[in-house]
Amino acid sequence: MRIIAVMIRILRQFRHDKRTMALMIFAPIFVLTLMAFIFNGSEYHPKIGIINAPLSFVNKLEDEDAIVTRYNESNADQAIKSAQADAIINFESGVPHIELEGSDPSKSGAVIKLTQSALKQLTPAAEPDITYLFGYEDMSSFDNFGPILIGFFVFFFVFLISGVSFLSERTSGTLERILATPLHRWEIVIGYVLGFGAFAVIQSGIIAWYAINMLNIMMIGSFALVLLITILTAMSALTIGTFISAYADNELQMIQFIPLIVVPQVFFSGLFDLSTMEPWLQSIGRFMPLWYSADALRNIMIRGKGWNDILFDIFVLISICIFFMVANILALKKHRKI
Amino acid sequence: MESKVDKTMTNSPCIKVEHVDRFFGKKQVLFDISLEVPHSQILGLLGPSGSGKTTLVKLIAGIDVATKGEVYLLDKKLPNLSMMNKIGYMAQADALYGELTAGENLQFFASMYNLTGTRQKQRINDVMQLVNLSDHLKRQVKQYSGGMKRRLSLAIALIHEPPILILDEPTVGIDPVLRKSIWEELYKLRSNGKTIIVTTHVMDEVEKCDNLGMIRDGRLIALNSPAELKRATSSNTIEEAFLYYGGASK
Repeated sequence: MRIIAVMIRILRQFRHDKRTMALMIFAPIFVLTLMAFIFNGSEYHPKIGIINAPLSFVNKLEDEDAIVTRYNESNADQAIKSAQADAIINFESGVPHIELEGSDPSKSGAVIKLTQSALKQLTPAAEPDITYLFGYEDMSSFDNFGPILIGFFVFFFVFLISGVSFLSERTSGTLERILATPLHRWEIVIGYVLGFGAFAVIQSGIIAWYAINMLNIMMIGSFALVLLITILTAMSALTIGTFISAYADNELQMIQFIPLIVVPQVFFSGLFDLSTMEPWLQSIGRFMPLWYSADALRNIMIRGKGWNDILFDIFVLISICIFFMVANILALKKHRKI
Repeated sequence: MESKVDKTMTNSPCIKVEHVDRFFGKKQVLFDISLEVPHSQILGLLGPSGSGKTTLVKLIAGIDVATKGEVYLLDKKLPNLSMMNKIGYMAQADALYGELTAGENLQFFASMYNLTGTRQKQRINDVMQLVNLSDHLKRQVKQYSGGMKRRLSLAIALIHEPPILILDEPTVGIDPVLRKSIWEELYKLRSNGKTIIVTTHVMDEVEKCDNLGMIRDGRLIALNSPAELKRATSSNTIEEAFLYYGGASK
């Protein structure tokens, strides 16, 4: 009987906490839906650029559902650098030269598989000469998504810890207590950004150093830029985490936000190839801070790109931080009007 | 700076609450409350929990804002951020950072009032001595007992030498000996010109106040000196007087 009483009490608690109830049902549905979008994507059709090749070879590629585009020497270079083409194929005196974009090993693999099966039809079969624009032949998938994981882990932990610590500031009454001092609301928010910022510098440095030197993740760009991006990622996680914590009553409710705020970002930041997904669904990623930090980290670490190529990502990340800092300052009005 | 304020303000009350209503959503928790506290006096606010004491005290401390009506402190309308310097607030819950030591807590709050350097050190030593915690300055607050936390909260409220003290149930969980010493301290502060508001629901404490406000269901049902309250209701104790007014309000 006591067991029944306990059971009823728990069910009653759920009834009083409709939010938790809704989350327990809708969060899994939500996450599963996202995963369905991603894994039900149709087979990847490599985008192959042709400068000069036998017609029979090109026909064969098209039979295998490759997306074939014609280029000349000058615009082929542009196409591959901007990742509009996964590979450029050029036959020179019967020898096929394949230049791969190379930053995603699965795409490189798809191109190689397809061209090799197409080459078999040709007589005489020539051994292709393969070069890589970015990346290298033995690049592992981890090299490809490692930069995203760095961004993700920084984001995840800063989000959670900052959210919980700001929350406990509220629940323990210390927030109210410090608002009984002449402290301005913006001073609290900036103080949090600086406190966690200092911590984020150390945390980002350690994670990036570990990934590059211990896990031997591919890294050909500037370490300082990697650090800058991870710190900005941490800052956006902090400002979002503290903002979100205003809508949680306890630590558990803070954790409930993870499947809503953090998990979708993983899917859309490039850990999985989204290029076979509906374009409008792909564009969801543009609303997620992790997309920008992953984009920047990949450009730096795999493609060795510099300041100019990640400027937009930096701009977006800083904008996100500023937006949520202002939102936090306004949210504190709930606790003190001035 | 403080003494100048005191001189110019002696004619007007230190704290003035005028026809204050406070709603939380549709629920009204304070009904048309008006009161005045002269300089260098202790006002006790007596009432059961849930009566609106804490809400009223937060309005006077400038954390919360009245839905209707006004609160003045030293003739300045609240809320006003610079007036926060004049108030020492001790919340009902011990708002302390448990992971930090007592000293670190004090340093943090002292910095909120721009108290720094040797002045800060001096004040920390003074207030810790006052609440009899000097030996525990370097201990983590989470290792403190309930009574020690209350005393540390009081020390924090006093750190910047505010002319006005607002203490929400300062003696909860404190043993009688220490309670006595805290009240002695409050008398001392009063004779130094501080104005103090104390909420309580301990009946024997209220007789120690200069004036006593009785709050019930968000209404101020009586406001006078303890002796006068007892006389007017021909009661022997404040408790009887409270019952008299509480019953009369129905």
